[in-house]
Amino acid sequence: EQVPAAVLEHLERLALVDFGDTEGVRRLREAVRFAERLREVDTDGVEPMDSVLEDRCLYLREDDVTEGNCTKELLKNAREKIEEYFVAPPGNIPLPKLEERETFEQQS
Amino acid sequence: LATWVPVVGLEIHAQINSNSKLFSGSQVQFAAPPNSLVSFFDASLPGTLPVLNRRCVEAAVMTGLALNCSINKKSLFDRKHYFYADLPAGYQITQQRVPIAVNGNLSYSLCIDNKMSQMVTKTVRIKQIQLEQDSGKSLHDDARSQTLVDLNRAGVGLMEVVMEPDMCCGEEAAAAVRELQLILQTLGSSQAIMAEGQLRVDANVSVHHPGEPYGVRTEVKNINSVRFLAKAVDYEIRRQIEELENGGTILNETRAFDSKLGCTISMRDKEGKQDYRFMPEPNLPPLILYDAKSLPANMNHQQVVNIDWIRERLPDLPSVKRAKLVELYGILPEHSFTLLNEDGLAEYFENVIKHTQMKPKKVIGWILNDLLSYLKEHALAVKDSPVSSFLLADLLNLLERREISSSAAKQVFEELWKGEGKTPLEIVKEKQLELLRDQEELEQICQAVIDRQEDEVGVGTFG
Repeated sequence: EQVPAAVLEHLERLALVDFGDTEGVRRLREAVRFAERLREVDTDGVEPMDSVLEDRCLYLREDDVTEGNCTKELLKNAREKIEEYFVAPPGNIPLPKLEERETFEQQS
Repeated sequence: LATWVPVVGLEIHAQINSNSKLFSGSQVQFAAPPNSLVSFFDASLPGTLPVLNRRCVEAAVMTGLALNCSINKKSLFDRKHYFYADLPAGYQITQQRVPIAVNGNLSYSLCIDNKMSQMVTKTVRIKQIQLEQDSGKSLHDDARSQTLVDLNRAGVGLMEVVMEPDMCCGEEAAAAVRELQLILQTLGSSQAIMAEGQLRVDANVSVHHPGEPYGVRTEVKNINSVRFLAKAVDYEIRRQIEELENGGTILNETRAFDSKLGCTISMRDKEGKQDYRFMPEPNLPPLILYDAKSLPANMNHQQVVNIDWIRERLPDLPSVKRAKLVELYGILPEHSFTLLNEDGLAEYFENVIKHTQMKPKKVIGWILNDLLSYLKEHALAVKDSPVSSFLLADLLNLLERREISSSAAKQVFEELWKGEGKTPLEIVKEKQLELLRDQEELEQICQAVIDRQEDEVGVGTFG
């Protein structure tokens, strides 16, 4: 089944993923189809599982200062920095609307 | 004229008072060189994992118990996704599905008609308390069209306290927040200083006609003090009523409070409603808390948070402290409020009581009228008072023993305030303020005054 263009655009905007071309969207469709097979299982009365870790013990750490003080190392990754601050654009740059950019829909 | 019912709810973020962050071992400290209190996990570098700080869990449990909440013995962590430069991971770890505490309440008091003499008690329901990460700080440089990001605050533990919309105006919201602030400070779970961003309040405001469903609500942010909270809420209520009475509509939006202009301004996001794509945090198993009954026999006690153990060690909450002050010293309820409202004032008062023969009901007058007004006039905290509780006790003893009059005592107090290191007795002798006891001496003085006046009368009739 088709993934509606509006849903595609919504996903691209939320996850900042570019499905790029027909192949990308085909893979998405496959992934959704694969996940939907879960619906075939009767889960009535079964507690949902959060993660494979859910029976593990959550380790609690002592409230000691053991990390930090590595400003230089952290800033090594920054494309731009000013006096030990990371530099970012003034705000979120909104993704252009569907009509304004080239997505697979327009390419095909 | 149609009546409007304003409805106010609050979302309060309190920074947890801990040495290190919620999920990492970097230090929690206000004002440090940028990006110096940041670990690899805080900066969201690949290959790092969250490790929960036990102290933060205890702080949340203490707060939940103090607010009469049910503590969830099993609570879960989730990811809340959104993009912003001060959120390096692209998501915040929070507790959206099952938070650590739910269904509590907070009682607070208000003065009716601004008169301290009439106080009324109100209650607001606490919907929940959840543990979550704080984000970093963005410094906007509009001139150069850029944002500077400091991640020192990223990952600091927060308790989000959600108060149901049981309040109806700015005064109630302010009083509720003030009481929460005192509770948090008493528990030590947060220092809750609004000016340092340790307590942040967002208000949800709507209005409706009685009997009708609730109106559309707006969220008001950027409130930096309890005083501004009251102003912001009251402004927003008035704005909404005006808008609706003029036939307009209220948009479900976020508005920022501008303290200089005293109004709220729309922060409408061009990107529309946020979809946070909540998902369970896959790296953290459920948080399990224990009590005396469920405590496992052979578990490492460092790995155990025991709700009953914490409950037994809760300090006296402000409401209990006030009741004790009233009962012990016979002071009025409104006096107890003022005593607890100023940091250190109750302790000062009790120390004076300890060292003076004067009755508490008289001492309280000196504390609230004289000491407090001098402190306010000079914008001083109790701990910086030039008049210590011992000095004041000495002074009150002189007064109590009738060695000086009360007007003389006021003079001595004024002199003590200068902080020149003199004792009350020294000042009394210096200024000759001792009350005269000797009958004969008094008669001599009176006669001299009368004689002088007779001379003046004489001058009068001639001229």
